[in-house]
Amino acid sequence: MSLSLAHLLNRNGLFALKGGVHPEGRKFLTAETPIESMPLPSLIRLPLRQHIGAQAEPLVKRGDAVVKGQLIASARSTVSANVHAPTSGQVIAVGFFTAPHPSGLPVPTVTIRPDGQDSWGPRLARMHPEDATAPELATRAAEAGIVGMGGAGFPAAVKLHLGQKFDLDTLIINGAECEPYLTCDDRLMREHAEEIVDGAAIMAKALGVKRLIFGVEANKAAAIAALSGYRNVLGYHIDIRVLPTQYPMGSGNHLVKIITGRETPARALSAELGVVVHNVATAYAMHLAVRYGEPSLHRVVTVSGRGVKEPRNLRVLIGTPIKEILDHCGGLIGDQTQLVMGGPMMGFPVQSLRIPAIKSTSGILALTKAERRKSDAMPCIRCGSCVQACPAGLTPFEMNTRIQAENLDGAVEVGLMDCIACGCCTYACPSNIPLVQGFSYAKGRLAEKQSQDHQREETKRLAAARTAREEAIAAAKREAMAKRKAQMAEKKRKEAEAKAAQAANEEAAQ
Amino acid sequence: MTLQTAMAAPYTHSMFNVSRTMLAVMTCLFPATAHGIFHFGWPALLLFAVTVASAILCELVCLALSGRAVLRFSMDGSALLTGWLVAMTLPPWAPWWIGTLGAAIAVVLGKHVFGGLGQNLFNPAMVARAVLLVALPVHMTTWVAPLPLGERPNLEQALTITFGSDIPADAISGATILSEVQSQLGAGRTLSEIGPDWESLQKQFYGAVPGSLGETSVFLLLLGGLALVLLRIIRLILPLTVLGSLAALSGAAHLVDPEQFVHPAFHLATGSAVFCAFFIATDYVTAPMTALGKAIYGIGIGALIFVIRTWGAFPEGVAFAVLLMNACVPLIDTYTRPRIFGRTRKGTPLPLEER
Repeated sequence: MSLSLAHLLNRNGLFALKGGVHPEGRKFLTAETPIESMPLPSLIRLPLRQHIGAQAEPLVKRGDAVVKGQLIASARSTVSANVHAPTSGQVIAVGFFTAPHPSGLPVPTVTIRPDGQDSWGPRLARMHPEDATAPELATRAAEAGIVGMGGAGFPAAVKLHLGQKFDLDTLIINGAECEPYLTCDDRLMREHAEEIVDGAAIMAKALGVKRLIFGVEANKAAAIAALSGYRNVLGYHIDIRVLPTQYPMGSGNHLVKIITGRETPARALSAELGVVVHNVATAYAMHLAVRYGEPSLHRVVTVSGRGVKEPRNLRVLIGTPIKEILDHCGGLIGDQTQLVMGGPMMGFPVQSLRIPAIKSTSGILALTKAERRKSDAMPCIRCGSCVQACPAGLTPFEMNTRIQAENLDGAVEVGLMDCIACGCCTYACPSNIPLVQGFSYAKGRLAEKQSQDHQREETKRLAAARTAREEAIAAAKREAMAKRKAQMAEKKRKEAEAKAAQAANEEAAQ
Repeated sequence: MTLQTAMAAPYTHSMFNVSRTMLAVMTCLFPATAHGIFHFGWPALLLFAVTVASAILCELVCLALSGRAVLRFSMDGSALLTGWLVAMTLPPWAPWWIGTLGAAIAVVLGKHVFGGLGQNLFNPAMVARAVLLVALPVHMTTWVAPLPLGERPNLEQALTITFGSDIPADAISGATILSEVQSQLGAGRTLSEIGPDWESLQKQFYGAVPGSLGETSVFLLLLGGLALVLLRIIRLILPLTVLGSLAALSGAAHLVDPEQFVHPAFHLATGSAVFCAFFIATDYVTAPMTALGKAIYGIGIGALIFVIRTWGAFPEGVAFAVLLMNACVPLIDTYTRPRIFGRTRKGTPLPLEER
């Protein structure tokens, strides 16, 4: 029901989020731990695909010496991102390595052995955002290899170039950090509010928007206070909205709806409504890239959970293996610890300690058995908790029933493709049914089926083209034969005529 | 340290689970049940125990027959709750075999025949009540008045009442107020002649009247029901619509002809209207999912209760009203799906309006 009591009592003028859940925050584990820079790791592994889109093209080979900030792989297409060496050292391998990705499949990876000097190469030129044009600023994001640092890893430059395509009016900086445990954005806002506000204003300028709004959940009072110190930056009024603490407040389209009241249509971009959303950590990276010419080399990662000895917020170099990060935090304690990359609601399991933290790694969690969901599923009792919890307005229990019956098309009919995989349904289910997991499975199956269909169509098309081509060749051959036959016949006829004429002449001569 | 094998997100979970819910419902049912047992004495307690035990036994047998993990599935408390709800609807001095039969019908026919927990279309307790009411109308309407403390049967007498089917004739009470009013109206008298007064209404509210084992004290049922709402086990919309539509319809009828139609307060305070609104209609398995669906379902139940009580052959229509609306739930669920984010109610993407 859209007309809820909370809506009537709403003093912020914010629009209510339908559905959603209130998981235990457990942010206290790291919320008061200042960001600490981790010492140089012994190894850096840089996957060439840390973002959504095409993987970057490596520019170095084994044995090359690299310096800090050096471009080692360049974006291959529009939706792709540059990768830079986060410290100086030697490239010891360019090959495939397990990806920090749910699939755990190998991706092209550049491995660097740091030399300990951490010596900078030439940086990008410093820019003055006051004088720079919008496309110049957006291009800087591409040069610096900045990707969305909230977790999705979408290349920031692509989103900053949207101003040239759509009529934009609002940039929302996402500081909701609605996932439990994670405090990296919170700490960043507290400790680097000035830089974030500056980076946000630069992004607003790159997009050509009029309004710059920060959305921060109410449970981050210190961060809100820190941001409130800045009212006017680069001619932008900094508007801070305190959001209710609720998961998934940080989901882009939901944030847009809550702050602006505009609901992004299915399969459309919020940019079509004039709104773009960027994460606070991305704004910070943008500040460094524009003001100091520093590419995206490090990020803040929350290392938390009861399974890690000393939970912390660490500034780590991109490519630091998580084993070294965990060791720096005192290592893992307890048995049956589940390692998770990201938050506990949408993160993915880590199977190998050797995989690196990348640009989109917001958290590394070690969850003990007591902190985790139990995995024994019981029958659905149709309690409707999942329907109430779903922020996308779906009926998860119904989708699940259809998927269990292998009726994937039926599941699509009731909205499978509108699922944002936030996990609220599984969180709320009293019977512990793995709902969102089933939806991801079904989406994968559908994608597979789609690609098979596509392949079949292509094969058919190619086969048809080949038949047509062969037919054309055969026809041409036949035609040529016929022509040749006709020519031969003509020739024979002419010869015969000539012979006859000759014979006649000879006869006449006798 | 050992790493756990992969388990997909989300990793956290709400505190809410099935057995906890069942436990909460039983806790909220407790005051009204205790009141019924206290008022009707030992026979009520014996009947309650027999009914609950039979329900659990049936559950175990059905689970074993269907080849499921008996221990794991039987620990969810659902059979206990079903048995409990059946017992609440029985005449308190009914013989043991009525309790056993009711529990068996509820668990076997109402639940397991459909495939077990979560699969049944009809509310098991109401299936049992409807079957018993139709098959055994005499036993199911043999009421006793709550006796003063000193005159209640002792355990020995109680055993003969429950297991010997030997109800002392002097204990048998006339009828509940609902059947009384119905038969008198049927005989052509008007309400002012029959005269259900406000004093009896107050008695109804606190439960010092003849009636089913657990349904007499509207006050305690209301208390338990509100606790369920506060515990967020049920949503207020269902009880509100059930009682609201019953009150609205009976109120309108009463305004039209106060001689033929009783005051809405009687409808609300008598029989099992409140019990149904908070504990039966709100059954997760057999109620619609969305708030709108629940509202339609609740209004339907309230209206059917009024219709059956007023014009039907039975003085009380709760069981039939709930079963009839249960049959409509799949339809209601299909037409009351929530609106998908970014889409219109019809399912097409929202239009991109000009700014």
